[in-house]
Formats: sequence, C-alpha cells, structure tokens
Amino acid sequence: MEIDREDGRTPNQLRPLACSRNILHRPHGSASWSQGDTKVLAAVYGPKPGTRKNENPEKACFEVIWKPKSGQIGKAEKEFEMILKRTIQSICVLTVNPNTTTSVIVQVVHDDGSLLPCAINAACAALVDAGIPMKHLAVAICCCLAGNGYVVLDPNKLEEKKMTAFAYLVFPNTTLSVLPEVEGEPVEHGIITSVTHGVMSVDDYFLCVENGRAATASLSAFFRKHFQQSQGPSSKAG
Amino acid sequence: MGLPDSCQDLSTEMEVDAFRRLFPLRFFERHLSESLRPDGRPLGKARDTNVNLGLVSSADGSALAKIGSTTMLAAIRMEVMTPSTDSPDEGCIAVEFHMPPICSPTVRPGRPADEAPVISKRLSDVISSCDMIDLKELCLVSGKAAWMGYLDIYCLDADGALFDAALLSAVAAFSNLQIPVVALNDNGRIVAINGDGEQENNASITEKEAVNKEKRKLTLKNIPFSLTCILHKKYILADPTAEEESIMDTLVTVVLDSSDQIVNFNKSGGSALVGSSAIKSCVELARKRGKELKQILGDMDID
Repeated sequence: MEIDREDGRTPNQLRPLACSRNILHRPHGSASWSQGDTKVLAAVYGPKPGTRKNENPEKACFEVIWKPKSGQIGKAEKEFEMILKRTIQSICVLTVNPNTTTSVIVQVVHDDGSLLPCAINAACAALVDAGIPMKHLAVAICCCLAGNGYVVLDPNKLEEKKMTAFAYLVFPNTTLSVLPEVEGEPVEHGIITSVTHGVMSVDDYFLCVENGRAATASLSAFFRKHFQQSQGPSSKAG
Repeated sequence: MGLPDSCQDLSTEMEVDAFRRLFPLRFFERHLSESLRPDGRPLGKARDTNVNLGLVSSADGSALAKIGSTTMLAAIRMEVMTPSTDSPDEGCIAVEFHMPPICSPTVRPGRPADEAPVISKRLSDVISSCDMIDLKELCLVSGKAAWMGYLDIYCLDADGALFDAALLSAVAAFSNLQIPVVALNDNGRIVAINGDGEQENNASITEKEAVNKEKRKLTLKNIPFSLTCILHKKYILADPTAEEESIMDTLVTVVLDSSDQIVNFNKSGGSALVGSSAIKSCVELARKRGKELKQILGDMDID
C-alpha cells in the first residue's frame, strides 16, 4: 500500500540532490548542498595550529559554527553544532594533524525539512574539498514515521510537522572495496549518528534504520559521481 | 605487618595508578576482558541510585537524584500565565539545565558548558514528546489563565550519564509537584493563597472564587526512563562514569517510556558504529534499567 505525499513522491523517493564545491574564495574548502528546497552552505578553514581549551592536543580538533538563516542561535542550533562536531570527529582521521583546529561553518540558506542531514552532507563535501584526511564519508538521511506505521524518507517541512516521529540517521558511505565485517554485518550498516524525535516502537525504529540504510546507497552513489566528475580519475574522495 | 611489606604495597599501588593514568585505554580493556569495571561493577550494571523528594521548600516540587556520584537537583516553580491563542486550554513547561562550575573541572566560571543547552533541549523534547504530562491539566481558566511550570535542573556533580540523572530528577520532581491553590479576585486576576494562616485573612476570597479547591498532584501518564551505554569494541557498558566517557567516546542514550517504546535513541558520532545487534542489546539494557528506576520511584511514593 502506498501513502500519498504532497509533492507526489513515493515514500522512499528522495528530493532532487544538488551539490557544488569550491564556490567560496576565502575558505580552504566549501560546498553547497541542497535537497529539494532545503539548502545549506558549508565552509572549512584549517587545519589551523593549536587546539582550544579542554580539547586533546594529541589529536586534530574540530569546531563547528552553525549560522541559522536569521536570528540568533538557540538551543536547537547548539544541539546541531554538537551532533555535527561529533559526527565529523568520527569520520576524520584525527591522528594526522595533531594539535590543530579545523573550523567548519555551516550557513543555512533555506530550511524545508531534513535540515540536519542536509548540513551533515554539506559539511562532508566541504571537508573533502578542503582535503581534510577522512576515513570515509558520512551520508545522512531523515526518516519520518507516518501515523499508520509507514516510513517516509527525506520529508519536507510540512511532512515533518505532520509525522508522529522522525529519526535523523547517519551511515558511512557504501564503499566499492572489501572491508572487514563488524559482528557479521558490513561496516556501512553501522550507524554513526542517530537522533530521534517523537515516540516510536522498537520495530519501527528498525524499519527506519533499514529504509534509511537502503536510501544511503543512492546518496553515496551521488557523492561518488559528483567527486569523480569534478576531480577526474584521481579522485581523493572515498 | 613489617615496614618493608607496607612499602611494597605502596609501590605496587602506585604502579597501578600510574598505569591507569598513562595507558587509560589499556587499563580499561584489561578490566573489560575480565568482564569487570574498575569500580567493581559488571558491564551491564548501573551504579547505585537514590532519589530524595521535596528538598527545596521554596519550590512547588523538587527532587535530588543521585546515580553513583552524579548528582542532580531539580526544582519546579509554578506561575500563572496567559495561554497562547493556539492552545487556549493548555499550560506550558519550560526546562532549563544548568551546569555551574562546581560540577566538573572542565566547566569554567563565566563560560557556560557546551553540553548544558544540548541536554536541556533533549530533556524538553523527551518530556513533551512522550506525553508524560497532560498540558490540559495545567489549565485554570480556558483562554485566560494557565500554569507555566519552570523546571530548573542543577548539576551538582557531573560524573557521567548526565542525561539519565537529569531525566530521573525531572520525573521525580514532577511526581513531587503540588499545584498551589489560587483564587480569582474581584479584579478578575489570579492570586495565590499561601498556607493556612493567611487563608483566614483571605477567607472571603477563598470561599467565593477559589479556582482550584485544594493542592493537587499531576497525573504522570507515561514515565520515560533513560540509560546511557558506552560501546567499545564488542563490549557494552551501562551507566558510564565521567572517566569512562572520556576514554571511550561512543555513547548511546536510549530513552524508553512505560510501554517500552523508544522516545529517544541518541548516538552522536564516536569511533564505533552501532549495528542492529548492538541496538537490540542497548534497548534491552534500557528496559531492565527502566524497571529498576520504576521500582526506586515507587518506593519513594509509599514513604
């Protein structure tokens, strides 16, 4: 059975993706990422020498600055900053540039749902553009749980408001090479970051994870295609 | 006991302590391989937990929750406000989480801790999304007056699993909450009636137009309980201390409600990835912990 979506998409269909890199002159790396009408701009400065207080100087350190479309940053944006920072730390190789700080600045251009996943994807593309050493990419997706137990992917603002619960999930990108398995599952099935909102049953959560994971394959393919196009065969992404 | 013996004891003790500081990860992994943690707990066991109710006399409801040495003081103050036009018969709850410099050496005076707004946001998300409190119960006069509950949680000692302790203290404070008696005066404004002594003076008002007859408690429909776990290689450690959190960085927080539904499943980054089996084990641990906490809160109510 299908559920109707306002914009005529199927439940598992993502909005059109667009990404462009190296769009800003001053930062060391920059990217804009859009999913439908949601658009985020990310810039990376660094690695700069020295780390902030309370950070481990033996590792590379990251700071994330979230700029909302308008107004001051509130608690929600602070939470996004923290999630984005932890996510970036987990995908980057921290031992290559010890005692350095890399700043990631995220500017929201337009918010039409799935904002945090869009920002994570944008930050990833900007990090690649800046040439920051990474273990793998992260692909983020928003899964919404409709009242009747259906999962809708990549919701817009209107759908996000109507749904009973949603989960932001971040997975490692699917790789073409052979990687060791973790507990009998391929590495890309592990969750890097999970943020949920609203009440859902355990089974529904697994349903979200499964559908989200399936969708990240096409997101990873988009990332790969984009990086190969813009960098030729000697792509450093992956 | 001779002198040489005690010297030897001291030297071995120093060595263990030095090893712990120099190679913290190896120190912990050595313990984990024996299915034990440095404080003597098995991997899946939470620290001793206790809750005290009604410690702040100036607040309408308060609780002090301790999980191990993590200490949270929660207090609720009720004030009358005009409800918004979107929801004229609903009250409102505002949650604020404070981390003063007393709680941890990493918090500097004058600069608020990074975690504080994040935990405060997640707490208000959890409290509002799991329908613990029926906001309609906080209504006094539809469209005119409703209760605004200011929930403030102070972290007195931050020794890991901050969110778990904060949520526990919040739930306990709500169970302790007594909504004060108020009356409508001649000008159509709500005034509080304090204590029995003053009630005699205001007898005319009380008899005439007391809006709510007596102090009452809120009904808590759906109580959320939370458990934080550390994932490290194949081990899952429940209820980590601050030392464990600083050494192993993959934290998973699961919040379950009374009917074992997921209210929040939070993992941000960390070096390890969670697969389906790890999710299941974390949920299972959280379910057990929820039962324990329910028991602890239940014991409180009888007293």
